[in-house]
Amino acid sequence: MAIKVRKAGLSTTIQDMGRPGYFHLGIPEGGAMDRFSMRVANMLVGNDEGAAGLEAVFMGPELEFTKDTWVAATGATMPILLDGEPREGWSAFPVKAGQVLSFGFLKEGARVYLAFAGGIDTPMQLGSRSTYPIGALGGVNGRAIAVGDELPLGTPGKTAARSVDAALLRPKQSPVALRALPGLYWHRITEASQEKFFAEDWTVAPEADRMGYRFRGGAPMEFVPREQPFGAGSDPSNIVDGCYSYGSIQVPGGTEPIVLHRDAVSGGGYFTIGAVISADMDLIGQLQPNTKVRFVKVDMETALAARKDRRARLQKIREALAAG
Amino acid sequence: MKTRYTFGGDEHIFVEMDDEMSLEAFFKAIAIARAVEAAKIEGVTEILPANASFEVRFNPDVIHPDVMMARLKELEGAANNAEPRMKTRIIEVPVYYQDPWTHETVMRFRERHQDPNATDLEYAARINGYDSVEAFIEAHHANPWFVSMVGFVSGLPFLYQLVEREKQIEVPKYLRPRTDTPKQTVGYGGCFSCIYSVRGAGGYQMFGITPMTIYDPEQKVSYLKDFLVFFKPGDIVKWKPIDRAEYDSILEQVAAGTYTPRMAEVEFDLDAFNADMSGTNAKLMEALNGN
Repeated sequence: MAIKVRKAGLSTTIQDMGRPGYFHLGIPEGGAMDRFSMRVANMLVGNDEGAAGLEAVFMGPELEFTKDTWVAATGATMPILLDGEPREGWSAFPVKAGQVLSFGFLKEGARVYLAFAGGIDTPMQLGSRSTYPIGALGGVNGRAIAVGDELPLGTPGKTAARSVDAALLRPKQSPVALRALPGLYWHRITEASQEKFFAEDWTVAPEADRMGYRFRGGAPMEFVPREQPFGAGSDPSNIVDGCYSYGSIQVPGGTEPIVLHRDAVSGGGYFTIGAVISADMDLIGQLQPNTKVRFVKVDMETALAARKDRRARLQKIREALAAG
Repeated sequence: MKTRYTFGGDEHIFVEMDDEMSLEAFFKAIAIARAVEAAKIEGVTEILPANASFEVRFNPDVIHPDVMMARLKELEGAANNAEPRMKTRIIEVPVYYQDPWTHETVMRFRERHQDPNATDLEYAARINGYDSVEAFIEAHHANPWFVSMVGFVSGLPFLYQLVEREKQIEVPKYLRPRTDTPKQTVGYGGCFSCIYSVRGAGGYQMFGITPMTIYDPEQKVSYLKDFLVFFKPGDIVKWKPIDRAEYDSILEQVAAGTYTPRMAEVEFDLDAFNADMSGTNAKLMEALNGN
């Protein structure tokens, strides 16, 4: 074993790039909500980008090392302390056996990502170490980490003191713009409601987790009148239960939109008005409750260009770290 | 039935066979889903069949979404000619109706329900025109059900009642979803019954509970050793009402690794079913009971 958990934080889970392929059975892909930050953390400590690390929401854990290794913290901004001494974010730094890593209060973002040289080496289930507590898969016995857990690490790759130039990171935005492609059951709401959805300010509601993020603040949506189809249920927001897409925006009762995230339910009986584009899914993982958000209407070509930009940004960081 | 194609973001295409539920829509969805699988289109990462729709997830770096869309539309024609027939299995699922655990949960979430003064079963019986809860329970388990979708969470089956539409039970979902549902609750929403595979949030009315584990991430349950999820689309289910003593006994057998669900191989032919529903159901029951 290499890491002892002294304090777990609020909800700190082992995550990697997830377990695709089982969503048709109701088992979501899971994995780091902000995959960009998890990938960069792994690059910094010389890991395969798909290695397992920790995702800690709102509050960092307290970890004691029982062997020498390297660590990087990315994602949310919070003071990083090694034996009480500050360390930089988006940087790899060495730790010695016996040292303790802890965190100060959250300053910005929502989730901090921790990578360790060699990656966390807990058992894989369905091809991933990602924690899916609802289905009791991955993580430590299917759950978040807890006080007293000991986490093993794999064989380290090439480690060195590396940092990411801040200019290569995602630019900050306020309000945060989440680009979305209208579709799915978009036709169920009136044109006026369609326009309002993209024009209004929304804020992140307290019900925001790995399954989905709820938003409030906009006007209730108006439905195009229809006789409810057989099997759908009586509410105008009900449909015959179907599959959901990652990033899809469902609006139960037409009031508060919920964007399904990495631990999404795979299907259900609420209508959806489209989906947040794949390139912007990472951003949702860094939203705190009460953050102001705008949904921005885009077309497919814009979505694909954004996907390309995200990939190019990662590639630049990869190259910079390899050169440095 | 009119097929509707739409994008779900840049990684999914959602195809709705019909906006209302029918076995015709289910068979058409599964036929196209199978055609997509057989076509082995590069870039397809997952195919998700559902009640009256299906979804394809793809990698847009490998195949342009418009090309993917065109390929799916091409495959629809082939699926139209597919026979609505499948080799499947019928499984007996024991249900303890009006059990103490779902009852406790029913009472805990009364303020989220349409009728806070009745239980879920009393409400469902009344709005479906049954004189008593007992008569309603009888209607729920009298005929077999068809698993038309697996999903929501961890291997949860959605079941469609194999009777004429006018005889089908329909209930709304809770006004606001509950934050808790006991594991293995037998629920109901819209025209679908379901079994909650794990404990958690839910919006379906609660009728009872089954002692039969249907999801086991540790794969210790004897009949889930090969795969952690029990149900697949196309399975046929016959509910069997049981009492507390039998519930406890099956629970113990599942834990001890000695429980084997009663089941039989059958063929389900939609045209034969539509031509003679009670005759088809009687044959399904013969297959189950002859085993």
